Amino acid sequence: MANWIEACAADAIDAEDVSRFDHGGKTFAVYRSPEDKYYATEGLCTHEKIHLADGLVMDNIIECPKHNGRFDYTNGKAIGAPVCINLKTYPVKVEGGKVFIDIA
Amino acid sequence: MTTMAPTANYGHRDYGLIGREADAAVKAGLKSAEWYHTDVSRKDMKELMKRSDQPAIRDTIIWIGAFVVFAGLAIWLWPSWWAVPPLLAYGVLYGSSTDSRWHECGHGTAFKTAWMNDAVYQISSFMIMRNPTRWRWSHTRHHTDTYIVGLDPEIAVMRPPAALRTALAYTGILDAWDAMKSMVIYTLGAIPAGEKTFIPEMEWPKAIAAARIWFAIYAAAMILAVYLGSWLPIALVGTPRLYGAWHHVMTGLMQHGGLADNVLDHRMNSRTVLINPISRFIYWNMNYHVEHHMFPMVPYHALPKLHALIKNDLPAPTPSIWACYKEMLPVWVRQFRGEDVYLVRELPATAKPHRPDLHGQTQAVAAE
Repeated sequence: MANWIEACAADAIDAEDVSRFDHGGKTFAVYRSPEDKYYATEGLCTHEKIHLADGLVMDNIIECPKHNGRFDYTNGKAIGAPVCINLKTYPVKVEGGKVFIDIA
Repeated sequence: MTTMAPTANYGHRDYGLIGREADAAVKAGLKSAEWYHTDVSRKDMKELMKRSDQPAIRDTIIWIGAFVVFAGLAIWLWPSWWAVPPLLAYGVLYGSSTDSRWHECGHGTAFKTAWMNDAVYQISSFMIMRNPTRWRWSHTRHHTDTYIVGLDPEIAVMRPPAALRTALAYTGILDAWDAMKSMVIYTLGAIPAGEKTFIPEMEWPKAIAAARIWFAIYAAAMILAVYLGSWLPIALVGTPRLYGAWHHVMTGLMQHGGLADNVLDHRMNSRTVLINPISRFIYWNMNYHVEHHMFPMVPYHALPKLHALIKNDLPAPTPSIWACYKEMLPVWVRQFRGEDVYLVRELPATAKPHRPDLHGQTQAVAAE
């Protein structure tokens, strides 16, 4: 069953950027792509648990700020060393100028 | 100003990755710990992190052009002694500038385009004799656990310093010997136990494949030398890693030489040194080493800007290579008499203080 949680205002994230969202003891990363689409993944790099929201968004890639590991944030896929494990992704919707993620 | 101080009494250090110091570091909370970072706004950091192909393409065209010119001159003048000067310049490109290209492209920050990073990374790894997979992972560990004894596999000068080994590093002999041994071991399909601690099993086949390709290249160079009855192929492939290593060792030792270990603040264990423009080109701005460790996603060409932005929170940069060796050498000499001695980096009044209790050191001792 879906569990939609309000993460942030849609305009709180610049295009091609990422923002951190904490909820229920978990941390998430919410992305706004250059095409103005929104995505969400777990917030910590699967390599060494660094906050991805401090990283760099390039097109559909998020780069971890610590070791430069890269993921495709649209599907969570690890692109290559030093990240080997994919990110968990979450469904996202934008309603009334707000970004919601389904953390169920 | 930089002063010398004793560290907490660690006794004789065990730098092995599966030794007692590794266990102690884990118990002390130093493994994969949170490090000090200077505050930089998201807006500024996004601008600094921005990737671009242009600076690295420009530098790589100059770099490849220099390779071609110096190799061409050496081939043209061979076997006369006039071939020596271009060979020495070629050697620095081969045995030193590849250190920084390996480094920057390994981080994936030099170029915006991934295949360009990968291509320069593979070529540089071959020339600097670092297995591209093994060293990618060791450098990852170096950034996680910088100069944490027992965890960091890239501690260049251990305590007490191995004087002969450090001196020989300038000739590249020991690095090349270790690299050749490693290449043979990998070529035979084995991974040493210590390296298994930082190379994931799924990456082992890549390390082995690269070693086998290298083995084939060196074998081809030697066969060509025998066929031509000339040392020229050997002078151009492999041995430049020896006679051209001095510059990357000279600059590399400055990164952390004589500074604190087991501390979670790059301002204390890393050093920024102001150096001449030719060395900066060879070294690709890695003289901004505190900045690089604190924010490794900032490309080499943006490090001077990052330095300008955060310098008020960092120790003053060491003004020259000469000044750096003048401060490092006495500490290394002192470490022969007692290895628990290191250089304390003094922070400016504008900086946030170093907090040993929060950032790794278990004991603060007054400087001498």
